[in-house]
Amino acid sequence: MSDTSFIRTEMLPAKTPPVGQRGVVKWLRENLFAGPMNTILTLLGLIAVYYLLAWSVPWVMRGIWDADTLQDCRRLTIERYGEGASVACWAMISERWHQFMFGFYPQDLYWRPVLAFGLLFAALAPVLYYGERRTNLKLIGAVAVLTLVFMGETWKLADIAPKATPALASNSSLVIGFAVALFGLLLATAAAAPRKLTWFTAIYPLLGFFLLWGGSVWGPLGVAMGFAILGIVFVLLQGRLGVVVAAGAGVLVAAIWWLGVQTVATTALHSAMPMGLYSVNSDVFGGFLLSFVIGVSAISMSLPIGILLALGRRSDMILVKTLSVGFIEFVRGVPLITMLFTASLLLQYFLPPRSNFDLILRVIILVTLFASAYIAEVIRGGLAALPRGQYEAADALGLDYWQAQRLIVMPQALKIAIPGIVSSFIGLFKDTTLVALVGLADPLTGITRIVRADINWKNIYWEPYVFVGAIFFAVCFGMSRYSMYLEKKLKTDHR
Amino acid sequence: MTIAVEPPKAAFRLSMLIYDTRYRAMTIQVIVLALVLLFVGWLTDNTIQNLAAKDKDINFGFLWARAGYDIDQQLIPYTNDSTHGRALFVGLANTLVVAFFACIFATIIGVIAGVLRLSKNWLVARLMTVYVEVFRNIPLLLWIILSFVVLGETRPAPKDFRVTDEMIAAGESPAATMSFFDSVAITNRGSNIPAPKLTTDLGGFELLGVPFSFAVLGTLALIIGSVLVNNRVLAQAKAVQEATGDRPTTWWKSLLILFAPTLLFLWVLGFHLEYPVLKGFNFQGGISVAHSFTALVIALSIYSATYIAESVRAGILAINRGQTEAAYALGIRPGRTMKLIVLPQALRVIIPPLISQYLNITKNTTLGMAISYLDLKGTLGGITLNQTGRELECMLLMMMIYLTLSLLISSLMNIYNNAVKLKER
Repeated sequence: MSDTSFIRTEMLPAKTPPVGQRGVVKWLRENLFAGPMNTILTLLGLIAVYYLLAWSVPWVMRGIWDADTLQDCRRLTIERYGEGASVACWAMISERWHQFMFGFYPQDLYWRPVLAFGLLFAALAPVLYYGERRTNLKLIGAVAVLTLVFMGETWKLADIAPKATPALASNSSLVIGFAVALFGLLLATAAAAPRKLTWFTAIYPLLGFFLLWGGSVWGPLGVAMGFAILGIVFVLLQGRLGVVVAAGAGVLVAAIWWLGVQTVATTALHSAMPMGLYSVNSDVFGGFLLSFVIGVSAISMSLPIGILLALGRRSDMILVKTLSVGFIEFVRGVPLITMLFTASLLLQYFLPPRSNFDLILRVIILVTLFASAYIAEVIRGGLAALPRGQYEAADALGLDYWQAQRLIVMPQALKIAIPGIVSSFIGLFKDTTLVALVGLADPLTGITRIVRADINWKNIYWEPYVFVGAIFFAVCFGMSRYSMYLEKKLKTDHR
Repeated sequence: MTIAVEPPKAAFRLSMLIYDTRYRAMTIQVIVLALVLLFVGWLTDNTIQNLAAKDKDINFGFLWARAGYDIDQQLIPYTNDSTHGRALFVGLANTLVVAFFACIFATIIGVIAGVLRLSKNWLVARLMTVYVEVFRNIPLLLWIILSFVVLGETRPAPKDFRVTDEMIAAGESPAATMSFFDSVAITNRGSNIPAPKLTTDLGGFELLGVPFSFAVLGTLALIIGSVLVNNRVLAQAKAVQEATGDRPTTWWKSLLILFAPTLLFLWVLGFHLEYPVLKGFNFQGGISVAHSFTALVIALSIYSATYIAESVRAGILAINRGQTEAAYALGIRPGRTMKLIVLPQALRVIIPPLISQYLNITKNTTLGMAISYLDLKGTLGGITLNQTGRELECMLLMMMIYLTLSLLISSLMNIYNNAVKLKER
């Protein structure tokens, strides 16, 4: 055999890669300068970034905060930065921000929308972060602190503003005490029995309505009573008559309560024990308050209606199917504006003579119907994506239709449909700006038009749009990030 | 041996309508039908009562009455003496022309942004992500109003374009100049772009009140004809290639067939561009485009492009990596892999959301109302509605037109979908 002693017995230590193949240089070569085309693209990108930043950063950062009029702003700009400088006039925002937020809501009552907005997050927390006790606690704690701080801030405004209401209606110590007690209760519940928090979610719609519109406390309680009646009838009958019939009977009894008995009962109670908040008319609603009222109510109502429509579209019952398809295709075929104009112009023809209810409420109803058709289509996609085996397995287990939907089908279908549902919600929230076209004061067109009509702020255009756009961006971007988080959290497959 | 015994037939009892699942579906449907009929009857009754109370009827006769208002942008001839019905068609044409341009620009921007988001270039991919996220998370209405306001407020007035003799003598230049080699004037009132004109007029005819010019029809016919002839040439080349393996050079033939006849025709007719000129207080000549149109097209395209970019990206990502790898394994070059393997499959995923985006663009043109663009919503659902007070008729008609448009587009989409659908089993 030949002599093999020249073979090396131990490994050489690995050499470090050449400079061009490691670290920052490698990353730059691979990601920015991979070839001539790539280099050109990078250079073009750099130029674009430079121009964008060079124009926008000084404009935003050097903005003028201490001026009373636009002319003042322009004068200060020239004084401070010389001729030809272009900077933002944020003074407009600091003078008018409350109008962008609350519209014409009475200034001494700003604490009510602020509290309602804070409580909204407390109500959403157990839904958004289901079963995550620590996150819930943190969220509610942060919201409580922020809400109390903002309530204090708005009181400063209220002090200088003319009082729209009797002094009793906004007794600050009483209100702060109430808010602190409520948040304390919520925090205690979140810490001790997180599942009980969903009860607060259930009563929030009525609480929010009561805080925003005010009026007698017995009205919302009467409505809540109706829902309680509905629930009791449903639970009693469901075992014997099935879900649909029991739900129908419940709605019937509740409708009798709402339409017949409730007014009498609440009027009697109110005259016996008058309790309530100063009543605010909805024509003073405006700004982001209006967007959130329309957006949140339409979002929360369109999801259940959308689920029912999607199930209806896949139903074996030919009549139910035809009605669902007809409704969905009609609504998806017309622009939202025509729906809004139906709310403002046509509903007066379709409703009984002399019945006249609030424009905001009419708009909410039609926006809800509009959104539910889109959500129905998204959920139908989720239902269709579910393998047939899932339906068959549910049948094989002997589950009836509603049990199968509730336990097997919907949890999976909704999970598949999450991105679509959330992007429908985002679309809906953005579409709340269209209500300006039927004369409501939305933040984008309605309020900005009012500001621009003021002689002090005439011809101001970048600042209000940047401000409103930034808030919309924050909300919508937040929603889309949340949907990504939820998708990741619910992901159970390993494909 | 067992004998199959038929189960005893239970006599039908009334309670089975609720308890027996076989009949329950029927019961529910009957109740639903009754409720729906009741609801519709209630609505109709209310409508009749309300109409009677306001002393109105349902009558579409107003469509033949004089409109009496002006529309700036008219693709078919219209004066304020024309009827409301004609105003409706002017509005519809305005809707369609905005939708048409917005769809084209949105597709171009969207495809570029979608492909660049997948680029290996880190910077460009990030920039495109920022573009998509910013524009799709902010309401469309903001982009429309902002483009309109910025166009109206930042552009100079027509008088700033004026060059007087004194200025020439003093060597001064005017405060503003026209863009694109002195052919386009963008002022605070609107834009003026060059208009294509012919020196020889071939005349034309009028059909349903819409004038058709023989020159335009002839040009269109020539273009279609040349494309058809070109297709024949290409098909022949392909046949030759399949028979012999050599493809005859066709590019010069194609070029000649596609362009020569049309250009010759236009040259004979004396085709030239008419440039806008400053006369009096505003620009004259050329085609004047209102800012509401420009702003609507700009906003709709940059906003919808983000959605198109997302579907393009999703479509390309949806193609299994195995497809690309298989193509590389067969020795197909990257460019051809994209063209022959990835894109044909990706298009199948991209086209349905793309078409539904076109549908959205068409519906979103109604937002032009915020900047007083007179589209269908502005004429029929706006001024006509306010002048005649016929809310019910106008809204119904308008909804029907939009519904027809949508159903047309979505049925086209379904036909296409069925044609390209993967036929697995």
